[in-house]
Amino acid sequence: MLKKRIIPCLDIQNGRTVKGINFEGIRDAGDPIELAKRYVKEGADEIVFLDISATNDKRKTICSLVEKIASEITIPFTVGGGISSLEDAQAVIQAGADKISINSAAIRRPELIQEISNRFGKQCVVVAVDIKKINEDWIVFSNGGRLNTELRAIDWCKKISRLGGGEILLTSMNNDGTKAGFALEITDQIARIVSIPVIASGGAGSIEDFKLLFTQTKASAGLAASIFHYQEVELQALKNELKTFQIPIR
Amino acid sequence: MIALIDYGAGNIRSVQNALTRLGIESKLTNQADELRAADKIIFPGVGDASFAMNQIREYQLDTLIPTLTQPVLGICLGMQLLCNSSEEGTTDALGIFNTSVKEFQPILNVPHTGWNSCEIKSSPLFNGISSDDDFYFVHSFYAEVCTDTIATCDYIEPFSAALQKSNFFGVQFHPEKSAEIGSKLIQNFLEL
Repeated sequence: MLKKRIIPCLDIQNGRTVKGINFEGIRDAGDPIELAKRYVKEGADEIVFLDISATNDKRKTICSLVEKIASEITIPFTVGGGISSLEDAQAVIQAGADKISINSAAIRRPELIQEISNRFGKQCVVVAVDIKKINEDWIVFSNGGRLNTELRAIDWCKKISRLGGGEILLTSMNNDGTKAGFALEITDQIARIVSIPVIASGGAGSIEDFKLLFTQTKASAGLAASIFHYQEVELQALKNELKTFQIPIR
Repeated sequence: MIALIDYGAGNIRSVQNALTRLGIESKLTNQADELRAADKIIFPGVGDASFAMNQIREYQLDTLIPTLTQPVLGICLGMQLLCNSSEEGTTDALGIFNTSVKEFQPILNVPHTGWNSCEIKSSPLFNGISSDDDFYFVHSFYAEVCTDTIATCDYIEPFSAALQKSNFFGVQFHPEKSAEIGSKLIQNFLEL
Protein backbone atom coordinates (compact mmCIF):
# COMPACT_ATOMS: atom_id res chain seq x y z
CA MET A 1 0.00 0.00 0.00
CA LEU A 2 1.22 3.48 -0.86
CA LYS A 3 2.37 5.20 2.33
CA LYS A 4 1.54 8.67 3.60
CA ARG A 5 4.73 10.72 3.63
CA ILE A 6 6.21 12.81 6.45
CA ILE A 7 8.45 15.57 5.11
CA PRO A 8 10.68 17.79 7.24
CA CYS A 9 11.55 21.16 5.71
CA LEU A 10 14.85 22.97 6.23
CA ASP A 11 15.22 26.70 5.67
CA ILE A 12 18.63 27.47 4.22
CA GLN A 13 20.43 30.78 4.12
CA ASN A 14 23.87 31.05 2.54
CA GLY A 15 24.33 27.30 2.80
CA ARG A 16 23.35 27.03 6.49
CA THR A 17 20.11 26.11 8.23
CA VAL A 18 18.50 29.22 9.60
CA LYS A 19 16.23 28.26 12.44
CA GLY A 20 17.88 27.50 15.73
CA ILE A 21 18.48 23.81 16.21
CA ASN A 22 19.24 22.04 19.43
CA PHE A 23 19.84 18.47 18.36
CA GLU A 24 22.34 16.73 20.54
CA GLY A 25 25.24 15.01 18.91
CA ILE A 26 25.44 17.33 15.95
CA ARG A 27 28.68 19.25 16.24
CA ASP A 28 27.72 21.91 13.76
CA ALA A 29 24.08 22.66 14.33
CA GLY A 30 23.91 24.94 11.34
CA ASP A 31 24.95 22.29 8.83
CA PRO A 32 21.92 21.32 6.74
CA ILE A 33 23.52 18.05 5.64
CA GLU A 34 24.07 16.82 9.20
CA LEU A 35 20.50 17.70 10.09
CA ALA A 36 19.15 16.07 6.94
CA LYS A 37 21.11 12.89 7.63
CA ARG A 38 19.62 12.78 11.09
CA TYR A 39 16.12 13.12 9.63
CA VAL A 40 16.82 10.28 7.19
CA LYS A 41 17.91 8.06 10.05
CA GLU A 42 14.75 8.91 11.99
CA GLY A 43 12.56 7.91 9.07
CA ALA A 44 11.86 11.05 7.03
CA ASP A 45 10.25 10.03 3.73
CA GLU A 46 11.58 13.02 1.81
CA ILE A 47 13.24 16.32 2.67
CA VAL A 48 12.53 19.82 1.39
CA PHE A 49 15.33 22.40 1.35
CA LEU A 50 14.05 25.93 1.03
CA ASP A 51 16.69 28.51 0.19
CA ILE A 52 15.67 31.86 1.64
CA SER A 53 18.89 33.77 0.99
CA ALA A 54 18.70 36.75 -1.29
CA THR A 55 22.15 37.12 -2.78
CA ASN A 56 23.05 37.66 -6.40
CA ASP A 57 25.12 34.53 -6.92
CA LYS A 58 22.51 32.47 -5.12
CA ARG A 59 22.38 29.82 -7.84
CA LYS A 60 26.04 28.97 -7.39
CA THR A 61 25.85 28.56 -3.61
CA ILE A 62 22.66 26.52 -3.73
CA CYS A 63 24.03 24.24 -6.46
CA SER A 64 27.17 23.46 -4.55
CA LEU A 65 25.05 22.63 -1.50
CA VAL A 66 22.71 20.48 -3.62
CA GLU A 67 25.70 18.50 -4.91
CA LYS A 68 26.78 17.76 -1.34
CA ILE A 69 23.25 16.81 -0.29
CA ALA A 70 22.86 14.51 -3.29
CA SER A 71 26.06 12.66 -2.48
CA GLU A 72 25.04 12.01 1.12
CA ILE A 73 21.25 11.71 1.30
CA THR A 74 19.64 8.37 0.47
CA ILE A 75 16.04 9.56 0.02
CA PRO A 76 14.42 11.94 -2.48
CA PHE A 77 14.79 15.64 -1.81
CA THR A 78 13.26 18.85 -3.15
CA VAL A 79 14.97 22.21 -3.52
CA GLY A 80 13.01 25.46 -3.63
CA GLY A 81 13.46 29.16 -3.15
CA GLY A 82 13.96 31.63 -5.96
CA ILE A 83 13.75 29.18 -8.86
CA SER A 84 12.31 31.42 -11.53
CA SER A 85 13.36 29.99 -14.89
CA LEU A 86 13.95 26.75 -16.75
CA GLU A 87 17.69 27.47 -16.44
CA ASP A 88 17.46 27.76 -12.64
CA ALA A 89 15.55 24.48 -12.49
CA GLN A 90 18.01 22.76 -14.79
CA ALA A 91 21.00 23.89 -12.69
CA VAL A 92 19.48 22.55 -9.48
CA ILE A 93 18.31 19.27 -11.04
CA GLN A 94 21.68 18.68 -12.68
CA ALA A 95 23.36 19.34 -9.34
CA GLY A 96 21.36 16.34 -8.07
CA ALA A 97 18.00 17.51 -6.73
CA ASP A 98 15.19 15.01 -7.33
CA LYS A 99 12.54 17.71 -7.44
CA ILE A 100 12.41 21.48 -7.61
CA SER A 101 9.76 23.65 -6.04
CA ILE A 102 8.48 26.80 -7.72
CA ASN A 103 6.03 29.36 -6.41
CA SER A 104 5.86 33.04 -7.43
CA ALA A 105 7.56 32.45 -10.79
CA ALA A 106 4.81 29.99 -11.75
CA ILE A 107 2.15 32.53 -10.83
CA ARG A 108 3.85 35.20 -12.94
CA ARG A 109 4.31 32.80 -15.85
CA PRO A 110 2.31 29.54 -15.56
CA GLU A 111 3.96 28.07 -18.71
CA LEU A 112 7.08 27.61 -16.60
CA ILE A 113 5.38 24.57 -15.04
CA GLN A 114 4.89 23.08 -18.48
CA GLU A 115 8.42 23.88 -19.61
CA ILE A 116 10.10 22.22 -16.63
CA SER A 117 7.68 19.31 -16.76
CA ASN A 118 8.30 18.67 -20.45
CA ARG A 119 12.05 18.88 -20.06
CA PHE A 120 12.56 16.87 -16.85
CA GLY A 121 9.29 15.03 -16.27
CA LYS A 122 6.35 16.03 -14.10
CA GLN A 123 7.65 13.96 -11.18
CA CYS A 124 10.23 16.66 -10.44
CA VAL A 125 7.91 19.68 -10.52
CA VAL A 126 6.52 20.65 -7.12
CA VAL A 127 4.42 23.81 -7.19
CA ALA A 128 4.21 25.57 -3.84
CA VAL A 129 0.96 27.42 -3.22
CA ASP A 130 0.55 29.83 -0.29
CA ILE A 131 -3.09 30.48 0.55
CA LYS A 132 -5.02 32.69 2.92
CA LYS A 133 -8.71 32.70 3.82
CA ILE A 134 -10.39 35.99 2.95
CA ASN A 135 -14.15 36.36 3.35
CA GLU A 136 -14.76 32.61 3.35
CA ASP A 137 -12.68 32.13 0.18
CA TRP A 138 -9.14 30.75 -0.04
CA ILE A 139 -6.93 33.08 -2.10
CA VAL A 140 -3.39 32.52 -3.46
CA PHE A 141 -0.62 34.83 -2.26
CA SER A 142 2.79 35.19 -3.92
CA ASN A 143 6.15 36.78 -3.13
CA GLY A 144 6.51 35.05 0.21
CA GLY A 145 2.90 35.72 1.13
CA ARG A 146 3.11 39.47 0.60
CA LEU A 147 1.15 39.81 -2.62
CA ASN A 148 -2.54 39.00 -3.06
CA THR A 149 -2.82 37.44 -6.53
CA GLU A 150 -6.64 37.40 -6.37
CA LEU A 151 -6.50 33.84 -7.74
CA ARG A 152 -8.83 31.37 -6.07
CA ALA A 153 -6.83 28.49 -4.56
CA ILE A 154 -8.98 25.84 -6.22
CA ASP A 155 -8.70 27.41 -9.67
CA TRP A 156 -4.93 27.81 -9.44
CA CYS A 157 -4.44 24.23 -8.20
CA LYS A 158 -6.55 22.83 -11.04
CA LYS A 159 -4.46 24.82 -13.49
CA ILE A 160 -1.21 23.54 -11.95
CA SER A 161 -2.41 19.98 -12.40
CA ARG A 162 -3.46 20.66 -15.99
CA LEU A 163 -0.12 22.30 -16.89
CA GLY A 164 1.88 19.26 -15.79
CA GLY A 165 2.75 20.03 -12.18
CA GLY A 166 3.77 16.83 -10.38
CA GLU A 167 2.77 17.74 -6.81
CA ILE A 168 1.21 20.65 -4.94
CA LEU A 169 2.79 21.90 -1.73
CA LEU A 170 -0.13 23.69 -0.10
CA THR A 171 0.61 26.09 2.76
CA SER A 172 -2.16 27.75 4.70
CA MET A 173 -0.89 31.14 5.87
CA ASN A 174 -3.69 31.24 8.43
CA ASN A 175 -2.37 28.09 10.06
CA ASP A 176 1.38 28.51 9.49
CA GLY A 177 3.21 29.07 12.76
CA THR A 178 0.13 28.56 14.93
CA LYS A 179 0.82 24.89 15.78
CA ALA A 180 -2.97 24.53 15.90
CA GLY A 181 -3.21 21.97 13.10
CA PHE A 182 -3.38 21.83 9.31
CA ALA A 183 -6.11 23.57 7.28
CA LEU A 184 -8.03 20.33 6.85
CA GLU A 185 -11.04 21.43 4.86
CA ILE A 186 -9.33 23.27 2.01
CA THR A 187 -6.53 20.67 1.89
CA ASP A 188 -9.07 17.91 1.41
CA GLN A 189 -11.05 19.91 -1.12
CA ILE A 190 -7.99 20.49 -3.28
CA ALA A 191 -6.64 16.95 -2.87
CA ARG A 192 -9.97 15.60 -4.15
CA ILE A 193 -10.11 17.93 -7.14
CA VAL A 194 -6.60 17.48 -8.56
CA SER A 195 -5.14 14.21 -9.84
CA ILE A 196 -1.68 14.85 -8.39
CA PRO A 197 -0.45 14.43 -4.79
CA VAL A 198 -1.03 17.28 -2.32
CA ILE A 199 1.50 17.92 0.43
CA ALA A 200 -0.11 19.78 3.34
CA SER A 201 1.93 22.41 5.15
CA GLY A 202 1.37 24.99 7.86
CA GLY A 203 0.09 24.48 11.37
CA ALA A 204 1.53 21.13 12.46
CA GLY A 205 2.03 21.22 16.20
CA SER A 206 1.43 17.68 17.42
CA ILE A 207 1.09 14.04 16.46
CA GLU A 208 -2.68 14.52 16.62
CA ASP A 209 -2.46 17.11 13.82
CA PHE A 210 -0.88 14.57 11.46
CA LYS A 211 -3.43 11.96 12.50
CA LEU A 212 -6.26 14.35 11.58
CA LEU A 213 -4.54 15.25 8.30
CA PHE A 214 -4.33 11.62 7.21
CA THR A 215 -7.71 10.48 8.49
CA GLN A 216 -9.80 13.50 7.48
CA THR A 217 -8.19 14.53 4.18
CA LYS A 218 -6.88 12.92 1.02
CA ALA A 219 -3.47 14.64 1.42
CA SER A 220 -0.54 12.41 0.37
CA ALA A 221 1.99 13.98 2.71
CA GLY A 222 2.43 16.34 5.64
CA LEU A 223 5.28 18.84 5.87
CA ALA A 224 6.61 20.62 8.94
CA ALA A 225 9.71 22.51 9.98
CA SER A 226 10.00 23.89 13.49
CA ILE A 227 8.36 21.04 15.39
CA PHE A 228 11.04 18.70 14.00
CA HIS A 229 13.86 21.22 14.44
CA TYR A 230 13.03 21.78 18.08
CA GLN A 231 12.16 18.10 18.60
CA GLU A 232 8.71 19.01 19.88
CA VAL A 233 7.58 16.09 17.78
CA GLU A 234 10.08 13.35 17.04
CA LEU A 235 9.82 11.79 13.61
CA GLN A 236 10.16 8.22 14.80
CA ALA A 237 7.58 8.61 17.57
CA LEU A 238 5.22 10.36 15.15
CA LYS A 239 5.43 7.57 12.60
CA ASN A 240 5.05 4.82 15.19
CA GLU A 241 2.00 6.50 16.67
CA LEU A 242 0.35 7.05 13.27
CA LYS A 243 0.79 3.35 12.49
CA THR A 244 -1.32 2.47 15.52
CA PHE A 245 -4.25 4.29 13.87
CA GLN A 246 -3.97 2.07 10.76
CA ILE A 247 -2.58 4.98 8.74
CA PRO A 248 -0.23 3.58 6.06
CA ILE A 249 3.20 4.78 7.18
CA ARG A 250 6.68 3.54 6.26
CA MET B 1 34.37 -2.61 -12.56
CA ILE B 2 30.73 -1.57 -12.38
CA ALA B 3 29.54 0.18 -15.54
CA LEU B 4 26.62 2.59 -15.72
CA ILE B 5 25.13 2.79 -19.20
CA ASP B 6 25.38 6.44 -20.23
CA TYR B 7 22.91 7.23 -22.99
CA GLY B 8 22.03 10.80 -22.11
CA ALA B 9 19.05 9.98 -19.86
CA GLY B 10 18.54 11.26 -16.31
CA ASN B 11 19.41 10.16 -12.76
CA ILE B 12 22.69 8.44 -13.64
CA ARG B 13 24.40 10.64 -11.13
CA SER B 14 22.17 9.63 -8.24
CA VAL B 15 22.86 5.97 -9.00
CA GLN B 16 26.58 6.71 -9.09
CA ASN B 17 26.29 8.58 -5.77
CA ALA B 18 24.61 5.53 -4.24
CA LEU B 19 27.47 3.30 -5.40
CA THR B 20 30.06 5.76 -4.09
CA ARG B 21 28.34 5.73 -0.68
CA LEU B 22 28.78 1.94 -0.69
CA GLY B 23 32.48 2.45 -1.47
CA ILE B 24 32.09 1.12 -5.03
CA GLU B 25 33.81 2.73 -7.98
CA SER B 26 31.81 2.92 -11.18
CA LYS B 27 32.21 4.20 -14.69
CA LEU B 28 29.75 5.95 -16.97
CA THR B 29 30.11 4.60 -20.48
CA ASN B 30 28.36 3.82 -23.75
CA GLN B 31 31.36 2.04 -25.29
CA ALA B 32 30.77 -1.59 -26.32
CA ASP B 33 34.21 -2.85 -25.24
CA GLU B 34 33.95 -1.21 -21.80
CA LEU B 35 30.44 -2.56 -21.26
CA ARG B 36 31.46 -6.08 -22.29
CA ALA B 37 34.43 -5.97 -19.91
CA ALA B 38 32.42 -4.75 -16.88
CA ASP B 39 31.70 -7.14 -13.97
CA LYS B 40 28.20 -5.74 -13.54
CA ILE B 41 26.14 -3.25 -15.45
CA ILE B 42 23.49 -0.82 -14.22
CA PHE B 43 21.04 0.57 -16.75
CA PRO B 44 19.43 3.64 -15.16
CA GLY B 45 16.91 6.04 -16.59
CA VAL B 46 14.32 8.70 -15.96
CA GLY B 47 12.28 10.41 -18.63
CA ASP B 48 10.47 9.54 -21.82
CA ALA B 49 10.71 5.96 -23.18
CA SER B 50 10.67 6.71 -26.89
CA PHE B 51 13.26 9.50 -26.50
CA ALA B 52 15.43 7.09 -24.50
CA MET B 53 15.06 4.27 -27.06
CA ASN B 54 16.18 6.65 -29.81
CA GLN B 55 19.27 7.45 -27.75
CA ILE B 56 19.89 3.73 -27.21
CA ARG B 57 19.69 3.13 -30.98
CA GLU B 58 21.90 6.13 -31.67
CA TYR B 59 24.67 4.63 -29.54
CA GLN B 60 23.96 1.16 -31.09
CA LEU B 61 23.24 -0.15 -27.60
CA ASP B 62 20.03 -1.82 -28.85
CA THR B 63 22.06 -4.62 -30.45
CA LEU B 64 24.66 -4.75 -27.66
CA ILE B 65 22.50 -4.86 -24.51
CA PRO B 66 20.62 -8.13 -25.30
CA THR B 67 23.96 -9.91 -25.85
CA LEU B 68 25.45 -8.97 -22.46
CA THR B 69 26.27 -11.98 -20.28
CA GLN B 70 27.15 -10.38 -16.91
CA PRO B 71 24.45 -9.32 -14.40
CA VAL B 72 22.55 -6.27 -15.67
CA LEU B 73 20.20 -4.20 -13.47
CA GLY B 74 17.67 -1.89 -15.14
CA ILE B 75 16.26 0.82 -12.88
CA CYS B 76 12.88 2.51 -13.51
CA LEU B 77 12.93 3.51 -17.20
CA GLY B 78 15.95 1.23 -17.64
CA MET B 79 13.77 -1.69 -16.51
CA GLN B 80 10.94 -0.63 -18.81
CA LEU B 81 13.30 -0.48 -21.79
CA LEU B 82 14.24 -4.13 -21.15
CA CYS B 83 10.58 -5.11 -21.78
CA ASN B 84 9.01 -5.84 -25.18
CA SER B 85 7.42 -2.48 -25.84
CA SER B 86 6.13 0.69 -24.21
CA GLU B 87 2.92 2.62 -24.69
CA GLU B 88 4.92 5.77 -23.96
CA GLY B 89 5.46 7.08 -27.48
CA THR B 90 4.50 3.54 -28.64
CA THR B 91 8.08 2.39 -28.97
CA ASP B 92 9.53 -1.10 -29.38
CA ALA B 93 11.94 -1.85 -26.57
CA LEU B 94 14.78 -4.34 -26.05
CA GLY B 95 12.63 -7.43 -25.57
CA ILE B 96 14.40 -9.16 -22.68
CA PHE B 97 11.44 -9.35 -20.28
CA ASN B 98 8.39 -10.88 -21.85
CA THR B 99 5.94 -8.14 -20.97
CA SER B 100 4.79 -4.77 -22.19
CA VAL B 101 4.70 -1.35 -20.53
CA LYS B 102 1.34 0.39 -20.16
CA GLU B 103 0.14 3.75 -18.88
CA PHE B 104 -1.70 3.92 -15.52
CA GLN B 105 -5.39 4.83 -15.73
CA PRO B 106 -5.75 7.92 -13.51
CA ILE B 107 -8.07 6.26 -10.97
CA LEU B 108 -5.61 7.27 -8.25
CA ASN B 109 -2.93 9.98 -8.42
CA VAL B 110 -0.56 9.56 -11.35
CA PRO B 111 2.44 9.43 -11.23
CA HIS B 112 2.50 6.74 -8.54
CA THR B 113 4.71 8.73 -6.15
CA GLY B 114 6.08 7.63 -2.82
CA TRP B 115 6.99 4.62 -0.70
CA ASN B 116 5.27 1.32 -1.39
CA SER B 117 5.85 -2.31 -0.48
CA CYS B 118 6.05 -5.30 -2.83
CA GLU B 119 4.98 -8.93 -2.76
CA ILE B 120 8.39 -10.56 -3.19
CA LYS B 121 9.16 -13.95 -4.74
CA SER B 122 12.40 -15.59 -3.73
CA SER B 123 15.29 -13.99 -5.62
CA PRO B 124 18.91 -13.25 -4.68
CA LEU B 125 18.16 -9.59 -5.46
CA PHE B 126 15.82 -9.48 -2.44
CA ASN B 127 18.04 -11.34 0.05
CA GLY B 128 17.33 -10.00 3.53
CA ILE B 129 14.44 -7.86 2.24
CA SER B 130 10.82 -8.64 3.12
CA SER B 131 7.40 -7.84 1.69
CA ASP B 132 6.96 -5.36 4.57
CA ASP B 133 9.83 -3.17 3.37
CA ASP B 134 9.09 -0.07 1.32
CA PHE B 135 10.83 1.27 -1.76
CA TYR B 136 10.52 4.70 -3.37
CA PHE B 137 8.50 4.71 -6.60
CA VAL B 138 7.81 7.50 -9.06
CA HIS B 139 6.35 6.49 -12.43
CA SER B 140 3.32 6.90 -14.71
CA PHE B 141 3.90 3.74 -16.78
CA TYR B 142 4.13 0.19 -15.48
CA ALA B 143 5.19 -3.26 -16.70
CA GLU B 144 2.42 -5.85 -16.64
CA VAL B 145 2.86 -8.89 -14.42
CA CYS B 146 4.43 -11.82 -16.37
CA THR B 147 6.40 -15.02 -15.84
CA ASP B 148 9.59 -12.96 -15.33
CA THR B 149 8.04 -10.99 -12.45
CA ILE B 150 9.91 -11.50 -9.14
CA ALA B 151 8.09 -8.78 -7.15
CA THR B 152 4.62 -7.34 -7.53
CA CYS B 153 3.39 -3.97 -6.32
CA ASP B 154 -0.29 -3.04 -6.18
CA TYR B 155 -1.22 0.52 -7.19
CA ILE B 156 -4.31 1.00 -9.35
CA GLU B 157 -3.57 -2.59 -10.36
CA PRO B 158 -0.87 -5.18 -9.66
CA PHE B 159 2.26 -4.53 -11.73
CA SER B 160 5.86 -5.77 -11.96
CA ALA B 161 7.95 -4.05 -9.27
CA ALA B 162 10.89 -6.28 -10.22
CA LEU B 163 11.70 -8.65 -13.08
CA GLN B 164 14.38 -11.25 -13.70
CA LYS B 165 15.36 -13.31 -16.71
CA SER B 166 18.70 -15.16 -16.64
CA ASN B 167 21.36 -12.46 -16.05
CA PHE B 168 18.94 -9.55 -16.50
CA PHE B 169 17.26 -7.86 -13.54
CA GLY B 170 14.97 -4.85 -13.46
CA VAL B 171 13.32 -2.80 -10.72
CA GLN B 172 10.58 -0.21 -11.19
CA PHE B 173 11.41 1.59 -7.93
CA HIS B 174 14.52 3.63 -7.19
CA PRO B 175 16.87 1.66 -4.91
CA GLU B 176 19.29 4.62 -5.02
CA LYS B 177 16.59 6.73 -3.30
CA SER B 178 15.17 4.07 -0.99
CA ALA B 179 17.28 4.62 2.15
CA GLU B 180 18.91 1.54 3.72
CA ILE B 181 16.61 -1.00 2.09
CA GLY B 182 17.59 0.37 -1.32
CA SER B 183 21.29 0.16 -0.46
CA LYS B 184 20.71 -3.44 0.60
CA LEU B 185 19.22 -4.27 -2.79
CA ILE B 186 22.10 -2.63 -4.64
CA GLN B 187 24.53 -4.56 -2.47
CA ASN B 188 22.67 -7.80 -3.25
CA PHE B 189 23.03 -7.06 -6.96
CA LEU B 190 26.74 -6.32 -6.58
CA GLU B 191 27.19 -9.65 -4.76
CA LEU B 192 25.54 -11.74 -7.50
